[in-house]
Amino acid sequence: MTTTAPEALAGNAELRTLLQQVDKRRHRKDRVMRGLIVAAFLLAVLPLVSVAWTVVKHGIERFNVYFLTHSMRGVFGGMDAGGVYHAIVGTVEITLFAALISVPIGLLTAIYLVEYGRGPLARAVTFFVDVMTGIPSIVAGLFAYALFAVILGPGVRMGVVGSVALSVLMIPVVVRSSEEMLRLVPNELREAALALGVPRWLVVIKVVLRTAVAGIVTGVMIAVSRVIGETAPLLITVGVIDSINYNLFDGRMMTLPVYVYRQFQQGLVPCTPDQANCIATVAYDRAWAGALTLILIVMLLNLVARLVTRFFAPKNLG
Amino acid sequence: MAQRIDVKDLNIFYRDFKAVADIEMAVEPRSVTAFIGPSGCGKSTFLRTLNRMHEVIPGAHVQGSVTMDGVDLYGNDIDPVAVRRQVGMVFQRPNPFPTMSIAENVLAGVRLNNKRISKGDAQDMVEQSLQGANLWNEVKDRLDRPGSGLSGGQQQRLCIARAIAVKPQVLLMDEPCSALDPISTLAIEDLIAELKAQYTIVIVTHNMQQAARVSDRTAFFNLAGTGQPGRLIEIDDTATIFSSPREQATEDYISGRFG
Repeated sequence: MTTTAPEALAGNAELRTLLQQVDKRRHRKDRVMRGLIVAAFLLAVLPLVSVAWTVVKHGIERFNVYFLTHSMRGVFGGMDAGGVYHAIVGTVEITLFAALISVPIGLLTAIYLVEYGRGPLARAVTFFVDVMTGIPSIVAGLFAYALFAVILGPGVRMGVVGSVALSVLMIPVVVRSSEEMLRLVPNELREAALALGVPRWLVVIKVVLRTAVAGIVTGVMIAVSRVIGETAPLLITVGVIDSINYNLFDGRMMTLPVYVYRQFQQGLVPCTPDQANCIATVAYDRAWAGALTLILIVMLLNLVARLVTRFFAPKNLG
Repeated sequence: MAQRIDVKDLNIFYRDFKAVADIEMAVEPRSVTAFIGPSGCGKSTFLRTLNRMHEVIPGAHVQGSVTMDGVDLYGNDIDPVAVRRQVGMVFQRPNPFPTMSIAENVLAGVRLNNKRISKGDAQDMVEQSLQGANLWNEVKDRLDRPGSGLSGGQQQRLCIARAIAVKPQVLLMDEPCSALDPISTLAIEDLIAELKAQYTIVIVTHNMQQAARVSDRTAFFNLAGTGQPGRLIEIDDTATIFSSPREQATEDYISGRFG
């Protein structure tokens, strides 16, 4: 025993040195890459944090219940008044109606492409969806404006025209994201349902859509977030207004991005010393508060989408 | 319940490519027929033509006839969806619906077809089907849990329960045990032995011991080379195939000389 022990130790030591050899180059590379990745992440997050911080810092001052529940009707000069209610109404209505147009069209297109589409027609649809993705938003606005001008005469401005413009921008995003989600549904599930004697259309509705619904909702929310901040097409199609208009089909409406743009455009108010309650920077303050409102609405939408996703997601473990 | 299936001069194509050629066989009712053969010889393709599932793949079509009790399954007035209700199928990988509970998975054939079913009937159907698949005792306390939370073997038995819940005449199984461990495999094989009292069963397997254990008749498929169509070499009683096959190729395959 005593004679073999040192030999065993020696053998052990040999193996030990073999295992202790460190590939220094690999370690150095690992550290460098790790550093680069962390730096890239910080670089990406920095603007986000900065934007959020700036908007909150400048916007929080005017952001209150009064601001959220009043319009700009009868507000002028440096008055310490005026709010964003009419713009919230406009943005929510126009965006929801745009989603109402885009989601059925986009989802049905995606279903066609994934479940049925073969040959030249499917390829053509895919191609045109790609082309649509690249349409500049101002062009979408001009298109919607021209479309309604042909039907109702020139100079038409109402909410629904804006919704059509936004849906032109939304449809390709909805198609693309839904398509991805539908392709993620395993083919085995389709076959399982078909083998039970379930017709194709019911397989699509009850198995494929049901399995993919969480992802589809997320995709729709991304599309909504993408268009809710559009300014240019809405400026053309919906115009601006200072009072509340609930009717999508009659007259101009205000929207949040346009509201922010208009307030910012007004710039400093020339206050004279004899004017009481004149705030020189009121328009800037309103612009920041309006931007904050817009960000909060998008965050709220994302939160709702998260909840929907969690509710519908396939459960793996009980 | 169980029906016989006769196949005559069946050729199966993917677009222009002939995948399987000149199949001629009879599948006896209330028995287990096993298909064996090397990979790519068209066993699974042929199996899928028995309930017209191969049509799901674009460009796939057949020539020849498949008759179930004298009715041509490929007749002009036959609805493939109705065929699949009579000829159920279990797949290689267990595929319970991930969005459904265990009970809902069993009821899928009914619910997905938008058919109304009373709560009592539904409960009976779930219990009967799960008992038929030897799964009832393991899951009866958690019927509302997701089906995908079960083990692989349990999932496969759940899929069998789902298939027999629609009361088919014939049950097709495409390598049902290839993704399972030996104990789960044994459970499925026992189940197959019980099910053949009521159903006509056709099973594709790569495991020759399994074919020998569970089947009454065995069909051996082979292909001359890549790009050539697969063919049925011979079909006979399982005992005969494994002891004294007529063809040399069968002998070589089952004794492990190729494949």
